Amino acid sequence: MPAPIDSNPKFAEYAHPEVLVSAEWLEANLGAEGLVIVESDEDVLLYETGHIPGAVKIDWHTELNQPVVRDYLDGEEFSQLLSRKGIKRDSTVVIYGDKSNWWAAYALWVFKLFGHEDVRLLDGGRDNWIAEGRALTREETVISPSEYPVIQRDDSKFRAFRDDVFKHFGNPLIDVRSPEEYSGERTHMPAYPEEGALRGGHIPSAASVPWAKAAGENGVFRTRAELEAIYLDGAGLTPGADVIAYCRIGERSSHTWFVLKYLLGFENVRNYDGSWTEWGSLVGAPIVKGSEPGEAPKAA
Amino acid sequence: MLLTDAAAELAEDFNAISLKDRLQLLLEFSDQLPDLPARYADHPDLLERVEECQSPVYLFVEVEDGIVNLFFTAPAEAPTTRGFASILNQLLSGRRIEEVLTFDDDYPGKLGLLEAVSALRLRGMSGMLRRIKRQVAEKAGS
Repeated sequence: MPAPIDSNPKFAEYAHPEVLVSAEWLEANLGAEGLVIVESDEDVLLYETGHIPGAVKIDWHTELNQPVVRDYLDGEEFSQLLSRKGIKRDSTVVIYGDKSNWWAAYALWVFKLFGHEDVRLLDGGRDNWIAEGRALTREETVISPSEYPVIQRDDSKFRAFRDDVFKHFGNPLIDVRSPEEYSGERTHMPAYPEEGALRGGHIPSAASVPWAKAAGENGVFRTRAELEAIYLDGAGLTPGADVIAYCRIGERSSHTWFVLKYLLGFENVRNYDGSWTEWGSLVGAPIVKGSEPGEAPKAA
Repeated sequence: MLLTDAAAELAEDFNAISLKDRLQLLLEFSDQLPDLPARYADHPDLLERVEECQSPVYLFVEVEDGIVNLFFTAPAEAPTTRGFASILNQLLSGRRIEEVLTFDDDYPGKLGLLEAVSALRLRGMSGMLRRIKRQVAEKAGS
């Protein structure tokens, strides 16, 4: 049985209020039957320094990615991972993490590639939970392994590949990286390690909307009106548009994907996880340097 | 104990335990990273940023009478980075210049952390080691 929906009035404004829970809701529902809390952080040890009581950890790098192919887990591996974490196909999964839920949104996106129905984010993630003075523990979570079915990953709805981007030209693209990465001044995030794209710049015609604009104080999502001002008035998206978001490896753009899809209700929004580490080195791929979006090439 | 022996012993300790326990051991190191002394805490401009790390980590090297002393700072929200810094601090601080300069550049890869934390993250530790050696070489020469 799914856990109840958080009736928080801020969430009611969003296109899909059921995908968010507040810290207050989560604390009141700790230990509820059918609810599994998952922490997913950039730092692989942060969970161990203290986590929400009863939460399990899923690490994006060592657990969601394939070690040899640049891809996500397949159906068999996802089934093994979720069974190990005690998650069932009908569990309500609430994911939270550091850095305004950036990695949590990435994990949620992977869950959605496997069609997991009820997966939600904790609004504000780890930082807001702590800021509100709620408890963390180092106590090890006791997991009862489950039997998660083998589900084939469906890349057709929420994921874009490079060929999809070539076909997409003429439709909106959102580049969620920092302004310095967008202009081509640098190929990686300020203060982050170089990850080896050969050129700096952005995909022609992409609008620049750095991902963190969607988050306010303590990482909680901005209100629907504020988000519409950013993405509709600011970036020029029109309701119903077919959108592709990208960043460097597809993590920051998962956050924007979540905002566009569930908070603003864009049905056709995909995350291009190849992102700049692929496009910036791809033979034959056009790019634009500087702060202007540039013209879209003819679609392939 | 010689640095090479201490380093080999620590690598053995890490490799002898499960991946999960390796993370716990790294967390213990992270918890043990000492605070900066006031002379650096008040002068962040003296510290060198380790750009290879995802999290903001800064280090400073002192060389006095042929002995190397290291100082690090990294936020509590970056426990992996703190753990790397703490391992290097415990192994290299208080050692002679020659010992530090000849220390194994590939050591970060020998702790069995590749599967536990991933290659991308481990690159930060190599970056710290490279910067420590460069600062030691510069200060030993001057």
